[in-house]
Amino acid sequence: MITVEQLSKRYGETTVVDEVSFTVERGAITVIVGTSGSGKSTLLRMINRLVEPSGGRVLIDGRDTRSEPAYRLRRRIGYVIQGHGLFPHRTVAENIATVPRLLGWDARRIEARVRELLTVFSLDPATQADALPHQLSGGQQQRVGVARALAAEPLVLLMDEPFGALDPIIRAKAQDDLLDIQRRFGMTVVLVTHDMDEAFRLGSKVAVMSGGKLLQYDRPAVLLTRPADPFVSRMTGLADRALRLLSLITAGEAALPGASDGPAVAPTASLRDVLSELLWCKAQSARVVEPDGTVRGMLTVAAILARGAP
Amino acid sequence: MAGAGARRRALVRVDPLGAVLVAAGAAALIFMPFVLLKANRIVPGDPRELAQVLPAWGALGCSVILALAGAAALWSEDARIRLVLALAAVVTVALCAAAAGDALTPPGNQVVRVAPGGAFWVLIVCLGLLATDAATRMRPGPAMRVGFLALSLAVVGFALAHGVFDHLSVMREYAVNAARFGREARRHLALAFGSLAAAALVGLPLGVLCHRVPRLRPGVLGTLNVIQTIPAIALFGILMAPLGALAAAVPLADRLGIRGIGAAPAVVALFLYSLLPIVANTVAGLKRVSRGAVEAAHGMGMTGWQVLTGVELVLALPVILTGVRVVLVQNIGMVTVAALIGGGGLGAFVFQGIGQTAIDLVLLGAIPIVTLAFSAALVLDALVEVLNRVKG
Repeated sequence: MITVEQLSKRYGETTVVDEVSFTVERGAITVIVGTSGSGKSTLLRMINRLVEPSGGRVLIDGRDTRSEPAYRLRRRIGYVIQGHGLFPHRTVAENIATVPRLLGWDARRIEARVRELLTVFSLDPATQADALPHQLSGGQQQRVGVARALAAEPLVLLMDEPFGALDPIIRAKAQDDLLDIQRRFGMTVVLVTHDMDEAFRLGSKVAVMSGGKLLQYDRPAVLLTRPADPFVSRMTGLADRALRLLSLITAGEAALPGASDGPAVAPTASLRDVLSELLWCKAQSARVVEPDGTVRGMLTVAAILARGAP
Repeated sequence: MAGAGARRRALVRVDPLGAVLVAAGAAALIFMPFVLLKANRIVPGDPRELAQVLPAWGALGCSVILALAGAAALWSEDARIRLVLALAAVVTVALCAAAAGDALTPPGNQVVRVAPGGAFWVLIVCLGLLATDAATRMRPGPAMRVGFLALSLAVVGFALAHGVFDHLSVMREYAVNAARFGREARRHLALAFGSLAAAALVGLPLGVLCHRVPRLRPGVLGTLNVIQTIPAIALFGILMAPLGALAAAVPLADRLGIRGIGAAPAVVALFLYSLLPIVANTVAGLKRVSRGAVEAAHGMGMTGWQVLTGVELVLALPVILTGVRVVLVQNIGMVTVAALIGGGGLGAFVFQGIGQTAIDLVLLGAIPIVTLAFSAALVLDALVEVLNRVKG
């Protein structure tokens, strides 16, 4: 659990982050979203003390981050930046082994961990472990960057616009991978982005920042239905907010009892996708079916439309 | 018919560099003496043509090889042929000069000097340029270049050790000065490398500081720039007064050899000249390091020292080494002038030779200096290339 208490950063007269407080649950993904200059990156960098706060404090699992030297704190926290930041002169395996080496792990443990991470991130330990970063594709470099951040099994992972340099298709894949990895390792993630779609897709909670202030911090659906500030509704977008809302609800959650002879949809599909499928098939209802064939229920167009507004 | 036409066009299309060098070499052979026969080391020489100093078969063989090298320089597109023939011609010309020395020196005579003449020097320079050009066209890798240098030095060293050139004037000067030559050469290297080491020891931290504190940069680099513009002799002069005063005031300094003249002002001046390339290149190299890599290094919990030594300096190394290359080549050349203020080094032969109008003695100093500077440049260039390649 990360507790941020009245955290501020001032450079001379300018206040970049203004008394921000929030709590990130253990094992959750929190996304900080804002325009450039909103202070979101500074806020993130104060959690691992790459920027020292001017006021307030950060507690990780109840322990003040200032109770140990910054470099020791950072070795317990994964950190991923835009454009991966890999060391160009070190191989993929050496890059991943950076923090375990700093922590003095023995060679066999490091090798086993590197091998495990390469496999998890769909890289080939036989051929790609000894490659230099520039020999990999952009998507692979980004995956190595995340693998490196997770090498020493940190409980917290900080990500500063990690997918900003990727093209849309690779970015979508990287986002899915992150959700998988988070489920697998269970670390607490704080991610900074300026992309609201990314925030809604990844965040169990989203923090909206503007001008150094935290405007709202809540579940994505709440940001849509009860925006605390006109800026929040501008960020989330007014034109397609109904569809955004539908995209946050799964067919499994919304399924009604009953039967339907319409198209089959998976319980993990979002209502937005189900609606799109129904429109395409000119059908009025869909069956919600588990992958193993069990029928979970049904959804009608009317039922879906009813969920598209607060 | 088409083949004959193409061949005729190929004959007309000559290599421009080859044409210039062949013309220069041919003109030198015709209008300049190949060797000079001097009654003693300081009188002007008596010119001798190539044909006059060699037996007929020798002169013919030499002419054939020169003609082949010239033809390859003009018309061959194959860099390997150009290189091999140019090198063969260099060796031939050198051996001809050695043979001329042997032939013209009366047995047992230590006073007569056989000096290479204008034709010899022009030919060596032209053929050397041809060989360099051909080697460059082959784009050799760094290891190949260093290997080639080592082989060339080994061949020359072997020939010198076996007395092949002993009857040529420069080697006569060497024979007279053998003991001093070794001492001055060691001193030359000590002065050049010593001032480089001192400059690296001070320049690297100063460069890192200038990179970390941008406010310092204009002041430090500006000052070092001004120092660079002071001519070496003037700087020696400027240093004479304070170092002399120091020696007078502090007996320990005097006992350590820190005086107004001698090695001390030379080392200090070379050190000051060396600072700019090292500091400027350290700053430039550090600036070039990817900010992402540095940020990630801090973010993962490397200490400041670990980031500097493990990431920043390693990534900046090729640029820093380029600065070291500049300094080393510059120092090897500039140490020569240190001889003027009693600093010693190979420059001692150069200035002594100038004083005595003994050109052979000048060459005894100058040729090793040029060879040293050239070798240092080549080795460090190769090193920089290897480091850059590793990083991709």
